[in-house]
Amino acid sequence: MRQITFSIFRFNPNIPGDKPRMQEYKLEEQDGMSMFVALNLIRENLDPTLMFDFVCRAAICGSCAMMINGRPRLACKTLAKNMPSHITMMPLPVFKLIGDLCVDTGTWFRNLQIRTEAWVHTNKKFDPKALEEKMDNEIAEKIYEPDRCVECGCCVAACVTANIREDFLGATGINRVARFMLDPRDERSDADYFDVVGNEDGAFGCVGLMGCADLCPMEIPLQENLAFVRRKMAAAGLKLTFQGVKIS
Amino acid sequence: MSAKHTFISDVLVVGAGLAGNRAAIAAAEAGLDVIILSLIPPRRSHSTAAQGGMQAALGNSALGKGDNPDVHFSDTVKGSDWGNDQEVARMFVETSPIAVRQLSSWGVPWNRIVAGKRKLPDGREVEDTKDKEGYITARDFGGTAKWRTCYTADGTGHTMVYAVDTVVCKMGITTHDRIEAISLIHDGVNCLGVVARDLRNGNIVTYLAKSTVIATGGSGRLYAASTNAVICNGAGGAICQATGIVPLGNMEAVQFHPTGMVPVWILMTEGARGDGGYLLDKNLYRFMPDYEPKKKELASRDVVSRRMTQHMRKGLGVDSKYGPHLWLDIRHLGRKWVWSNLREIANISMNFNGIDPATSLVPVRPTQHYTMGGVRTNKDGAVYGLKGLFALGEAACWDLHGFNRLGGNSVAETVVSGMIVGDAVAKYTLGATQNYNYKLIEDFVKIEEERIKNLISGKNGRENVYDIKKGVENAMMDHVGIFRTGPDLQQGVDKLRELYKRSLKIGLRSSGQGANPELADALRQTGLCRTALSICYGALMRTESRGSHSREDYPKRDDVNWLKRTLAYWKEGSDLPTLDYEPVVCKELPPGDRGYGESSAAGKSK
Repeated sequence: MRQITFSIFRFNPNIPGDKPRMQEYKLEEQDGMSMFVALNLIRENLDPTLMFDFVCRAAICGSCAMMINGRPRLACKTLAKNMPSHITMMPLPVFKLIGDLCVDTGTWFRNLQIRTEAWVHTNKKFDPKALEEKMDNEIAEKIYEPDRCVECGCCVAACVTANIREDFLGATGINRVARFMLDPRDERSDADYFDVVGNEDGAFGCVGLMGCADLCPMEIPLQENLAFVRRKMAAAGLKLTFQGVKIS
Repeated sequence: MSAKHTFISDVLVVGAGLAGNRAAIAAAEAGLDVIILSLIPPRRSHSTAAQGGMQAALGNSALGKGDNPDVHFSDTVKGSDWGNDQEVARMFVETSPIAVRQLSSWGVPWNRIVAGKRKLPDGREVEDTKDKEGYITARDFGGTAKWRTCYTADGTGHTMVYAVDTVVCKMGITTHDRIEAISLIHDGVNCLGVVARDLRNGNIVTYLAKSTVIATGGSGRLYAASTNAVICNGAGGAICQATGIVPLGNMEAVQFHPTGMVPVWILMTEGARGDGGYLLDKNLYRFMPDYEPKKKELASRDVVSRRMTQHMRKGLGVDSKYGPHLWLDIRHLGRKWVWSNLREIANISMNFNGIDPATSLVPVRPTQHYTMGGVRTNKDGAVYGLKGLFALGEAACWDLHGFNRLGGNSVAETVVSGMIVGDAVAKYTLGATQNYNYKLIEDFVKIEEERIKNLISGKNGRENVYDIKKGVENAMMDHVGIFRTGPDLQQGVDKLRELYKRSLKIGLRSSGQGANPELADALRQTGLCRTALSICYGALMRTESRGSHSREDYPKRDDVNWLKRTLAYWKEGSDLPTLDYEPVVCKELPPGDRGYGESSAAGKSK
């Protein structure tokens, strides 16, 4: 098996005097080796200070997104056999750095949920004695599609607008809004959504490069969802204009 | 270390998976001030990895007709091999349908009934009727008499976690992520909160509350091969046991899931077999009907895992460099079914093995999956030994599952116990007050600061934490597996005892500064050694076979001597747990035949 050289970004902001740098580690490739396996081998055998995040290691929790050879990817499902002998690892841009390869996606996504009020808005009170409301299975499946987002941050890292503009919701934010627009249980009107996403920090901030759709590890149709939200918001915007509402 | 912080709330919930978050919601609904701690952003919790679904007796689907909580109850008790608490099981089965419907109102896109006839892979024809169309549907799962497992494709845990967390956001409940509780603060009678480490910067933080709720998940990662997320190491239970007065219950009850994917041990949902998948051996022969003519691939997990192991021991496994394995075959379900209803495992199998299960076989072997045992509580979730301390979910031994958990009952337990225990927490907290001597709290903080100092300076020794961690993982694999024997378990205890002693001498190789990961591992390792010993020693002393605990030297269930629950305490200065036992009361259903497995009539035919 070949030897692989890993160049890994190192910086621990909590150590006084520490400076950002790249550090090299060498490992013998193993059969089926993923970046999850590689990084743990480095920590356990070569450098116990190396910081990185894994939780499920099965590409379903979204913890381990990082820049691998220049692209945002989930490290757990990035296999050595598909990579060259020199692998560069950097933390995701946009998100606040915690140290080395760890970034604070938690705070970013929590703010996003609160900004977009990403929950079912309803005036109905849950009745524990009543049967569930009916729904078409087709609609349930449609909601599941955008609901599959794991909040890994790859689309945000891959987005020109998000890299420039701090307040941009990113493809994940627009996708999240699309999820609730599709859900008949959410009673918000298009005008309500317009306040959330009908502006340059939302659906109209996208410049259309679609790095998000290319790099989503869950292969969520982000482009379609963006188009869906834009159509709705354009219509809602027109309607509001006719009603004499000033749109900034 | 820089700034010190102390946070005070009514309720402190440790763990933001489904159980912790749901309990937090119940407490917040009662008007209480709640803080949730999480190792990671809450939506990354291991609950999100639950695939196949949640059991609730709705009785909507064609093969769920006639289902009700009584049938669910009897399936659950049989599944547990009469090891569970039947009062808890009764509350659970009655509440689960409410939980599933409430989750629907919160946004979970449950798959729904589509009216019409369809042919099942085994040839049966079923018809979902028009009057049920649009209600929540269900799939078949192991050890159940009815189709009862509600699902969203095979990403059920994910959609549940996200929906429950939206309610946490909506209610404005405070969540602190990247915080690890490293010890409980208590005065021998009351629990007062936790000492925690901030995983962003390494600072020590104190959390004080009227009630503290442990919802930290299972301890699967004590095994080298486990389907569990890397954070599921049992540390939450370990800090409770470290008090010396809180016991862990039934730790020897460890579930092995039949279908962990070789060689990465990621779960392939039971839904794959529920939807009609087969298990094949090296001759591509479907062997399960020979062992279990009635339930076939859908006997309970403990039984299927043993049958698979038995079959591989006969030399009928597929040889690989990772040892023998068997095949999961879902090709006959068709591409459309596989890539819609089982798409997450199809993705996993593509991502990690390059295999499309719609056209190829998936290599599987039974793999550690679930911790039935945990922090022992009463039926309100109140922990034995300390007032103001509660536990729920996989971290707890509330004892819904006894010696074997049914598939679909754990994700259901998280939210159902979240409702029941959450309400009990609220009730307790509304009548409680905070009353403590601040010196006591400072002393607990000092103990942790001292531990950290000693780990960094190497005062107690220079043992490498990763050597000990690996040692534990291998000992558990070698000695506390699916089939167990006295001599083997004794060897395991000896090894783990040695590792425990070494863990007291851990010294860091790094500086331990900031959010240092080696320090995080070092701080938990001694507790994890204790947990591992509680599993192994409990298994050694339990001289019977019940559910997942299968002793080859004691192959029969022994209701005369062993209708009881193990309580493992850790006394200060000891290098073994102190075991105590309490009776298991079968309030409704007396011990009998499970209807599948080695001891049942169905199983004996071969």
